[in-house]
Amino acid sequence: MHPVLSTVLKRLMLGVLTLFMVSVVIFCAVSMLPGDFGQAVLGQSATEDAVEAFRQELGLDRPAALRYLDWIGALATGDLGTSFSGRSSSGIDRSRPVAELVAPRLANTLFLASVTAAIAVPLALFLGITSALWRNSLYDRLASAGTLVTISFPEFFVAYILILFLGTLWALFPSLAAVEPEMALGERLYKSVLPALTLTLVIVAHMMRMTRAAIISLLASPHIEMARLAGESPRRVILRHALPNAWAPIATVIAFNLAYLVVGVVVVEVVFVYPGVGQLMVDAVSSRDIPVVQACALIFAAAYILLNLLADVIGIITNPRLLHPK
Amino acid sequence: MTDTSHTYSAAAEAGRLRIRRTRWQRLQLELMKAPASAKIGLSIILFYAAMALFAPLIAPYGEAEILPQPYAPWSAEHWLGTDQIGRDILSRLIYGARNTIGIALLTTLLAFAIGGGLGLMAAISRGWLDQILSRGVDVVMAIPSLIFALMLLSVFGSSAASLILIIALLDSTRVFRLTRAVSVNVVVMDYIEAARVRGEGLGWIMRREILPNILPPLVAEFGLRFCFVFLTIASLSFLGVGIQPPTADWGSMVRETAQLIQFAKYDLSAAITPLIPAGAIAMITVGVNFTADWFLHKSSGLRDEQ
Repeated sequence: MHPVLSTVLKRLMLGVLTLFMVSVVIFCAVSMLPGDFGQAVLGQSATEDAVEAFRQELGLDRPAALRYLDWIGALATGDLGTSFSGRSSSGIDRSRPVAELVAPRLANTLFLASVTAAIAVPLALFLGITSALWRNSLYDRLASAGTLVTISFPEFFVAYILILFLGTLWALFPSLAAVEPEMALGERLYKSVLPALTLTLVIVAHMMRMTRAAIISLLASPHIEMARLAGESPRRVILRHALPNAWAPIATVIAFNLAYLVVGVVVVEVVFVYPGVGQLMVDAVSSRDIPVVQACALIFAAAYILLNLLADVIGIITNPRLLHPK
Repeated sequence: MTDTSHTYSAAAEAGRLRIRRTRWQRLQLELMKAPASAKIGLSIILFYAAMALFAPLIAPYGEAEILPQPYAPWSAEHWLGTDQIGRDILSRLIYGARNTIGIALLTTLLAFAIGGGLGLMAAISRGWLDQILSRGVDVVMAIPSLIFALMLLSVFGSSAASLILIIALLDSTRVFRLTRAVSVNVVVMDYIEAARVRGEGLGWIMRREILPNILPPLVAEFGLRFCFVFLTIASLSFLGVGIQPPTADWGSMVRETAQLIQFAKYDLSAAITPLIPAGAIAMITVGVNFTADWFLHKSSGLRDEQ
């Protein structure tokens, strides 16, 4: 088999294994830990019978391995279980399926993440590569200092500064990103300017620093020195010798930071009351709505793992050493 | 008279000239040579430490003392006004230093105790223990820690104790990785072998032979991990699932006063109020980052891109 193919396959298998292990961890963390959900969900006034029936519905009387298989089986068919909220001690069940709650919000979150990525990735790569090429110049120092400061800021600090200046002092953009499903694309974009800008500022800093470091370590490697000494023009050195080797580190940087976006999105969604998965998860944590928490955690973890997997695969298939085996 | 005093020895002369400096003097010299960023960082840390230690002496009001006027504007009695139920914001900010930094510090120490101890053991024993721990850490690190923390908090409920334990456990995975990686190189050294042959126990080898040799990277990492833990706890408190009221804490203070921002056009000082605790969080991270950076450069001789 071609070495590239076998390496990619190996990495994919490892990714699937990680996903499986993570699903086990999420299941265990929520299902096998102590804490009587029955009483907590149904309230203090719930009767013994109601709590018992609720426990039976959750299958808490069956072995954990079986419950895991049921859970993962239902998951494969898109059934994420039923939310705890909406149940009451009187036995009336107004709860909704988790999938119904999550689906529209997932679309919103993906929209926000892709708008951010579309701005942040080209910007960060441009800043990172230029500051690596002109390193130790004034431009580079300014960019470095600026990003170091932004990295140290918590997301909500950046968000509130933006709200203060762009949302209230000069009311250019709405400070609440109440996105509705029937909105047109333009209005949606306008409403999500501030959350997207916050996320962009936060991840551009990380991405730019990592790109800069990757490019600098690449430019210091012996084959670039060799190409320079052989009299190649600077443009050819960059395009022919540096760039083919740079794809892997750049892809890693991008994917790593998009994975970071997964976490940043939670805080930013809460600040701007943006109806996404992150806000849903925080609400569910406060009300201890375990099935919703489980589903959101799984979505975030899967996105994180897949992005890292993608980075590794891109790194493998663009690696010149694997592409041209001896 | 012996003839040793007449013979010349360069080492003896150098020894006479060399000033024996006390530890304190050496520290002072070190500080004088430090770059500006490190000085700024250190002074920020000292300032916060003073606030945290002497909070009851400095703060004009009590931590949870409720005064008659909620949402009071900035004034001489209440420098930063009062919050939604009439607590003095400046006092809560000062007490917040104690609570927020205290909890983050405790969490980081716990994470280093767990992660560092297990990492050392894994590096020394290298058998099934190493395999199990390393693979376990791989899986936990595959889940973003804020998400994992949110999930565990929903199961255990939000209290300061569970917050400290959960974040410490999640963060110890990163400490484990670093400790294992640096100590694996030390474990194979001859002097470790000599200690083993001498019959020293595992505890001695960990503490007296390996630890002194891996300390500098771990200390620098401590600073960075502290920042990370601090930001995570602040984010969780801001989301309302971290440190719970009435404990004063910067993350939840931002959350409680956030709606004041919309009055920026009428009263700018009120709109800045929620930004102050957020800025306090940002400042300490900047300070610790600067100091850790300096320490890393000093201890490893690491130079940026040369």
